Amino acid sequence: MILNMGPQHPSTHGVLRLLLEIDGETVVKCVPDIGYLHTGIEKTCEAKFYQQVVPLTDRIDYLCPMTNNLTYCLAVEKLLQLEIPPRAQYLRVLLNELTRINSHLVWLGTHALDIGAMTVFLYCFREREEVLKIFENVAGQRMMTSYFRIGGVSLDPPLDFWAKVKKFIDKFSDCIDEYEGLLTANPIWIERTKGVAYISAEDCIALGVTGPSARGSGVDWDLRRDMPYSGYEKFQFKVPVSNDGDVYARYLLRVQELRESNKIARQALEGMPEGPFKADSPKVILPDREKMKTQMEALIYHFKIVTEGFAVPAGEVYQAVESPRGEMGYYVRSDGTAKPYRVHMRSACFANLQALEKLCVGRLLADVVAAIGSIDIVLGEIDR
Amino acid sequence: MALQSAITEIDKLKDKRAAAALQAASLVDSARFDRNELTIYVNRADIRRACEILRDNPTTKFNFLSDITCVDVFPSEPRFEVIYNLLSHSRKERVCLIAKVPGGDPSIESLTGVWPSANFFEREVFDLFGLRFVGHPNLRRIMMPEDWEGHPLRKDYPVEGYR
Repeated sequence: MILNMGPQHPSTHGVLRLLLEIDGETVVKCVPDIGYLHTGIEKTCEAKFYQQVVPLTDRIDYLCPMTNNLTYCLAVEKLLQLEIPPRAQYLRVLLNELTRINSHLVWLGTHALDIGAMTVFLYCFREREEVLKIFENVAGQRMMTSYFRIGGVSLDPPLDFWAKVKKFIDKFSDCIDEYEGLLTANPIWIERTKGVAYISAEDCIALGVTGPSARGSGVDWDLRRDMPYSGYEKFQFKVPVSNDGDVYARYLLRVQELRESNKIARQALEGMPEGPFKADSPKVILPDREKMKTQMEALIYHFKIVTEGFAVPAGEVYQAVESPRGEMGYYVRSDGTAKPYRVHMRSACFANLQALEKLCVGRLLADVVAAIGSIDIVLGEIDR
Repeated sequence: MALQSAITEIDKLKDKRAAAALQAASLVDSARFDRNELTIYVNRADIRRACEILRDNPTTKFNFLSDITCVDVFPSEPRFEVIYNLLSHSRKERVCLIAKVPGGDPSIESLTGVWPSANFFEREVFDLFGLRFVGHPNLRRIMMPEDWEGHPLRKDYPVEGYR
């Protein structure tokens, strides 16, 4: 029998459509059908100035906007060969780890909700709300932050930002214990997740799976540790790896990642260097408001950047970062003008989704929901 | 940091293992080391062999296919540049392979036999650029509707679409 699941199915986390061929309750074939959210962002980028692309990158993955901002900014900075001051790097790391916490909390809440644990959802969204308040405090927006700029960040954080982050980091560790108390030893949770939707390390590499989903199968690879960017080499953290390869392993692994992210955020907060929050490159970066009102030269640069953008030397780069879901990569090609010739996003979910068939075939229909949840997909990022 | 000029002479790239391995099989069309990234141009007929060499050669070990994408350089010819990003987990290194494909015959061999993960990436390039991947098991549109006309990421396709 052919069963059509989605695109309006609550447990597909968006508009994923699955064509399932089933024999009784066993899945024989599983074909994902995507593209319902395709908005042509890559095409739109080609018609914008470099700095105008930053807000577009938020909209790709609405659960980790800062990670997308960062990847794009790093790619363009690589094209320009800009040096980023340490304060901006630390701020970026801090906010990226908070973004990872935010994204993993949404994942944990919805994943547990799919499998039938209602309470976890409420707990997770309680903490997520606080992360979003921190984002609002620093960027003025809860979800579509667009806080990073090419060359640094848009503004120095307000004075009460540091205390708010500290308060959150201090208590978050206990919150993770709370989630774990609800799930980790819960017999229903273990029954529904242990041994379900297994994938091996070889299959992960062959199918392009990255991030926590691959580390849950024993692929010991994390871009933050192995190919550090934005100053990650200065931070001490562990990369959790598990060899079990099932839904339960991926759950435990993401929970451990929450703890590690919290640690990195604390290190970034405590080691936050003083100094400028954007690079010194007047042709690329908008001048301070104060300078703009008092210095003719700054006013001219401001006018030129806003009206005609800035030229980026010709070339092409591929920049990848570890997003909450895996390898998020931006390929940017410049032809020497003020608009990118081509921007391509290598989305982690897009590649991870290819593993879904492997996860589902031979399992029961009810396990499909657990499998989708465990690879943590965001359809905005898949379709772009 | 001042912008350093790219290294384009193949002889100077001998210390890059990917370039050396492909040069030994005389598959390198041209190569470039720019902004700390190695880019190797290969003939489109050789792309599969080049990838197999980079994957299986014990000195390179590019075991992971990160990404496949394409750039349309319309109106110049050859019109399409298919870009393959490979990653080596053990050596922590990336390499970028580029194959040029003419606009008159937009086709190239599929990599699904080398890495199954090429499946979706190639479907995306087929959908948005109209490149055919020979040997692909399921070359259908992936983003756009099945009955869509045209390939939106081509440069001669207007940004606001046809009305």
